[in-house]
Amino acid sequence: MPDGHDPLEPIDPSKGSVAPAGGYGGGFDLANADAETLEKAPGHGQEPGGPAGKPRSLWSDAWHDLRRNPIFIISALIILFLVFISLWPGTIATQDPLKANLAKSQAGPEPGHPFGFDSQGRDVYTRVVYGARASVTVGVCATLGVVILGSVLGGLAGFFVGWWDAVLSRISDIFFGIPVILGGLVFLSVVTNSTVWPVVGFMVLLGWPQIARIARGSVITARQNDYVQAARALGAGNSRMLLRHIAPNAVAPVIVVGTIALGTYISLEATLSYLGVGLRPPTVSWGIDISDASNQIRNAPHMLLWPAGALSLTVLAFIMLGDAVRDALDPKLR
Amino acid sequence: MSDSTLEPILSVRNLVKHFPLTQGILFKKQIGAVKAVDGISFDLYPGETLGIVGESGCGKSTVAKLLMNLEQATSGEVFYKGQDITRLSGRALKAVRRNIQMVFQDPYTSLNPRMTVGDIIGEPFDIHPEVAPKGDRRKRVQELLDVVGLNPEYLNRYPHQFSGGQRQRIGIARGLALNPEVIICDEPVSALDVSVQAQVVNLMEKLQDEFGLSYIFIAHDLSIVRHISDRVGVMYLGKMAEIGTDAEIYDHPTHPYTQALLSAVPVPDPEAREHRERIILTGDVPSPANPPSGCRFRTRCWKAQERCSQEVPLLAVPSVFAGQDTPAAHESACHFAAEKDVVHAA
Repeated sequence: MPDGHDPLEPIDPSKGSVAPAGGYGGGFDLANADAETLEKAPGHGQEPGGPAGKPRSLWSDAWHDLRRNPIFIISALIILFLVFISLWPGTIATQDPLKANLAKSQAGPEPGHPFGFDSQGRDVYTRVVYGARASVTVGVCATLGVVILGSVLGGLAGFFVGWWDAVLSRISDIFFGIPVILGGLVFLSVVTNSTVWPVVGFMVLLGWPQIARIARGSVITARQNDYVQAARALGAGNSRMLLRHIAPNAVAPVIVVGTIALGTYISLEATLSYLGVGLRPPTVSWGIDISDASNQIRNAPHMLLWPAGALSLTVLAFIMLGDAVRDALDPKLR
Repeated sequence: MSDSTLEPILSVRNLVKHFPLTQGILFKKQIGAVKAVDGISFDLYPGETLGIVGESGCGKSTVAKLLMNLEQATSGEVFYKGQDITRLSGRALKAVRRNIQMVFQDPYTSLNPRMTVGDIIGEPFDIHPEVAPKGDRRKRVQELLDVVGLNPEYLNRYPHQFSGGQRQRIGIARGLALNPEVIICDEPVSALDVSVQAQVVNLMEKLQDEFGLSYIFIAHDLSIVRHISDRVGVMYLGKMAEIGTDAEIYDHPTHPYTQALLSAVPVPDPEAREHRERIILTGDVPSPANPPSGCRFRTRCWKAQERCSQEVPLLAVPSVFAGQDTPAAHESACHFAAEKDVVHAA
């Protein structure tokens, strides 16, 4: 190393401003290059673990980043809270969501009933809390199913191309051709099971081609990069190329579309429930309550406001989470 | 250094790569082929640098990919120490890959942006665990960083935190990790600034001396190729036009295409510049899907005659120079090969 820059000496960012003075014009000068890098990445050397620390993986770096991101913290807290009340709604709502008191039909808030009553005289607060379970279950399960199925099928199609890709693309075209609402009416009206699973299954069945197309496209983009060729030139097998090189560079669009889709699935559940083919009473869900309240909006807006507000907040939290995770997984934005 | 008493480390014989042109969606029908590489032969000797020059689209990069077995050759052979590597697969291919490595053209796309420098340079050891025992790898990666002139403490950084020249050094370190004998450099400096090009080329020369590497150095910059190469091959439209030592090619070119290329090299001496003759070629490079008959250069050649359209000139020492002890007596694929010094003025 020229210029007496000891390679073992820890990098001091303050040197960045000093080194160029003697460095430029030196041509083959590495101290100069050090300074250049430090200028580009101010403060990087100060991170815990430091430049000489243990090698970190992409995910541990991402986690390190996420912990400092207020958007991630806020959205994660909202989601944790939602998951908590989905699992144990009784801890914050002590009443029975199905108990109806027709004398209180559409009545406003009163002590012990902060959100008021719906048309059947049921407590809106309790129903909003209990409704989280159905909506979160449908949203999360449908999204997980769609993302896993779609990215595996689409990713393999993009990687191996050939006949597998041709067959898969035609199949996804067929599914794209099915109108969601019509498909829902046909498929779900023959199902008598009143749990969330037929709805989740239907959403996965119709939703995977969207993710598959995105995954296929981003895998095709990623596999053309020289670093994939470089890995192959080193003798890497297909699984290493897919998991180490292609997947991390192709996953971002899938995460973004997945989180946006999560919101769509929650509202699709509401739509299907409104049409009478989604979840059915006595299941408690925001979608059912929103559809019940929608024709009473002028008489009793509180009936619509609370479940719709909870729905919007949930969707927003998932979208913000997806955004934060995508940013954290891209080292270039760090 | 091209000592003919040595056994070549890499021998290329009649290497051909045609990319099929197809029509139709479901039932594909071949309607032709892009003849990217159309019968190329050369040898690479241990410790030497063979430069390959030619304009864009002449098949240089395809040659690199064929040598690396990243593309399947249509026909022809590549012998590494006597073994044909174009038909290898699986374990045998992986073993050969330890000995032939590549440095890529674009340092911005050849490093995975989501892996740290330590992971990138350490990956060869993950794939070939027999090269370095697990506990040793971190030390080996740091040694490699030091060898290519980067701070060994940079292990945890990501490629985007480096400049182009530094990234190319990382790419070189990755190529060196397995102690290969041959490194194929596909335009390793053409994406870099001129000032940085010299650093990287000098580093490569230093590493060649240190580790006894053989390079195939593909470029379109004639001066860089002359600087680093022991022998030079000139490619035109998928064929080798002329091949010889750097002095033979640069000072005594006999193929008209080489002469035209060299006449475009900037000359730093204004006196000499005024007196020299610039050969300006007319027309475009013909499509490799439909190359001209006979000599491929004839459509742009000022010497072209009837014979050139009928007879493909072979890459051999031209008969006019055969048996003579002159630098012009090197392999040149031209029916009317004649010496013409275009670099040193008229």
